[in-house]
Amino acid sequence: MSAPSPDRPLLAVEGLRVDFASPVGTIHAVRGVNFSLGREKVGIVGESGSGKSVTGRAILRLIAAPGAVSAQRLEFDGIDLMGIDERAMRSIRGARIAMVMQDPKFSLNPVMTVGRQIAEAYLVHHDATRGEARSRTLEMLRAVRIRDPERVFDAYPHEVSGGMGQRAMIAMMLIPGPDLLIADEPTSALDVTVQMQVLSIVDDLVTARGMGLIFISHDLNLVASFCDRVLVMYGGRIVEECRASELRAARHPYTQGLLAALPRIDDAGRELAVLQRDPAWLEPSERL
Amino acid sequence: MIEVEDLSVTFGRHTSVVRAVRQATFRVGEGESFGLVGESGSGKSTVLRAVAGLIENWSGAITVAGRQQGRRRDRAFYKRVQMVFQDPYGSLHPRHTVDRILVEPVAIHRLDTADRRIERALADVGLGSRFRYRYPHQLSGGQRQRIAIARALILEPRVLLLDEPTSSLDVSVQAEILNLLQRLRRERGLTYLLVTHNLAIVAHMCERVAVMNAGRIVEALDVGVLRSENPTHPYTRQLLQASKGYDRETARGLVDFADA
Amino acid sequence: MSARLDSPASTRQWLLAETPSSRLQARLGEAYLAWRAFRTNPLAMVGLGIVVALLVVAALAPWIATHSPVTQDLTARLLPPGAVYWFGSDELGRDIFSRVVHGARITLTIVVLVVILVAPVGLLVGTIAGYIGGWLETALMRVTDVFLAFPRLILALAFVAAIGPGIENAVIAIALTAWPPYARIARAETITIRGSDFIAAARVQGASRARIIWRYVMPLCMPSVIVRVTLDMAGIILTAAGLGFLGLGAQPPSPEWGAMISAGRKFILDQWWVATMPGLAIFVVSLGFNLLGDGLRDVLDPKQR
Repeated sequence: MSAPSPDRPLLAVEGLRVDFASPVGTIHAVRGVNFSLGREKVGIVGESGSGKSVTGRAILRLIAAPGAVSAQRLEFDGIDLMGIDERAMRSIRGARIAMVMQDPKFSLNPVMTVGRQIAEAYLVHHDATRGEARSRTLEMLRAVRIRDPERVFDAYPHEVSGGMGQRAMIAMMLIPGPDLLIADEPTSALDVTVQMQVLSIVDDLVTARGMGLIFISHDLNLVASFCDRVLVMYGGRIVEECRASELRAARHPYTQGLLAALPRIDDAGRELAVLQRDPAWLEPSERL
Repeated sequence: MIEVEDLSVTFGRHTSVVRAVRQATFRVGEGESFGLVGESGSGKSTVLRAVAGLIENWSGAITVAGRQQGRRRDRAFYKRVQMVFQDPYGSLHPRHTVDRILVEPVAIHRLDTADRRIERALADVGLGSRFRYRYPHQLSGGQRQRIAIARALILEPRVLLLDEPTSSLDVSVQAEILNLLQRLRRERGLTYLLVTHNLAIVAHMCERVAVMNAGRIVEALDVGVLRSENPTHPYTRQLLQASKGYDRETARGLVDFADA
Repeated sequence: MSARLDSPASTRQWLLAETPSSRLQARLGEAYLAWRAFRTNPLAMVGLGIVVALLVVAALAPWIATHSPVTQDLTARLLPPGAVYWFGSDELGRDIFSRVVHGARITLTIVVLVVILVAPVGLLVGTIAGYIGGWLETALMRVTDVFLAFPRLILALAFVAAIGPGIENAVIAIALTAWPPYARIARAETITIRGSDFIAAARVQGASRARIIWRYVMPLCMPSVIVRVTLDMAGIILTAAGLGFLGLGAQPPSPEWGAMISAGRKFILDQWWVATMPGLAIFVVSLGFNLLGDGLRDVLDPKQR
């Protein structure tokens, strides 16, 4: 793990486009996205169809045909992700860039114990014995604050709760020691309190290891309170980029509209502001 | 309008019995909007389904509009009580056009002037008649939920049971649907029983709320108390804290109330 | 209306309208989309072509046939295929081509009768068992299992042996053994549909069980049943031919394909065309139904997409 120089970002994305060919014409899912990321927590928010998930997958080159990814620059820690072949990409996936998806039930192999899956993830990227892998796995399970790691190690995915499954998933993703974690709605299927616990684990690990985090979510409040920086996507473009703490002072009418549309505990009964979409938002604007 | 007393629901038999709801008691007045909040597995949706007559193995007493309800509900009950489901992608029949979906309740209850009713129901939910002959897959999530609401309204019920009506929708669409539900209640004096996991939505929509955890109602309170962030039960406090967004300190202090 | 149907382009526009203005238009639009998807599958189109050809041949048999299928001409026995007898002639001097053409009618009759008997029974038993559940489901499905346990041809044989040979009895015999798979498919589909929200929504509107089964469950079971029926056609034709071959189906002199093969097997080494021509007909038609069924499955059955 070479520490990137301060002036070189961990991830640089310029002019990222993802198109899906379909019988009725090409769908432009991502239409020129630019951002860079250091060792920080960046949130990407947007509604369904905004292209936020596709952006996350495109970075890992996980877009299958008929989807096509192009970018002027897609650079991770000095490596041109567009230029390398699939084999080199595989050695980056998991080992250096990891991804956590929404539902652990679908991401974990149902016929393999949780512990073995995590140990496998470690063994793929490290030259170690089974015993070492096991002790590293138990350590990792403890790190994601699973109280009885021995039991969870031998449990099958269906035997653990949703929150526990998602923690195991995070353990599995973080055990190879990646530099960047892409989390696509990692807590949307979880209850608020469980969500908080899982996020605090991610928070601690990311901070302690000095990783970068891309946190993809539809939940403005959550992103604003969890991340350092926020990118707001609309129609395949980033329409707003700001510090998370300053999201309330967002300038783009779309972001303002989304914030106003949220019901709030302290402000009841009023008519919620309805977002009036402006076709002009779909037009490319100069770099924010 | 709705009185629920000592409602208990158990699922499963013999060895693996799950007590989904345990002695829930609450009352919803006529024209009131009452919220049931809780996390997944708290039993809130089960209560709603028992009230709707979709679950049969419950015990206790359910009274709607002064009439005690049995296991099975008659047609007159459904003329008075209608329900809107969580997932507008699942609650509309995939092979029925909007027209067919809206004709069904009229036909079942042998009402006349189906045509006029459908046109009016579509107008009521803010959709024009050009949506009438479309299939659900030709509609967006928000439009589908409007159709589901139109279907519930076409029988002119007094009570709407709302099961997480906006949780699968985008924020901007959620605002539209919540506004629609607010307006309909104002105009028609409807009684709402709303189930949600989102405290902000209950605070916005309801006058009173019951907080559920592990099958029990832990606390029933006015939303004013919720708004002033002053509930008495520690579980409600924790839920309130957690819904305000991520906070490292809050996350540390979380307690598991499941066995409490 | 006339303006809309002026040209193919405007008809297409009318079919694909985003805001249909009547039930009919909406339904036709859906059908048109399914047809467009179906059209892209060349094998399925071949299957459709064969099945349509079978229908046409059966309908126009008297006009297509060059000779009478039953008139004997003992001076022209066992002639090889040629200009007069396109497929040759059989041991009684009958034109094989004309017999194959007329045989299409018999085959089609058997297939249609079996389907009319089988599909509704299977659908009804399966959806009722699946939706109502409980002891009724157990009872219905055990009965289904009993019928499923009989080997089809053997049961048909026993049945025909008991009540006498003939097409009608062959149809009844085949139908008796053909319905259980449909009941199973319909039940499996129903069980996945039963728990869905739109069924709960129908219940909350006060819909009766019968109404839910009829109007909500059955339309969703139909595609898989239709696909299964089409794929089963080949089996039904083969069973009918098998019964004919064994002399228990259609009786002479009716030109049933199976019976024709049976008659031709005596000459199979020297006059190969007598058995081969009806055999080819069975082969082509079975293949056609199978290809069509596969194509329909791709279009109708959303699980396969």
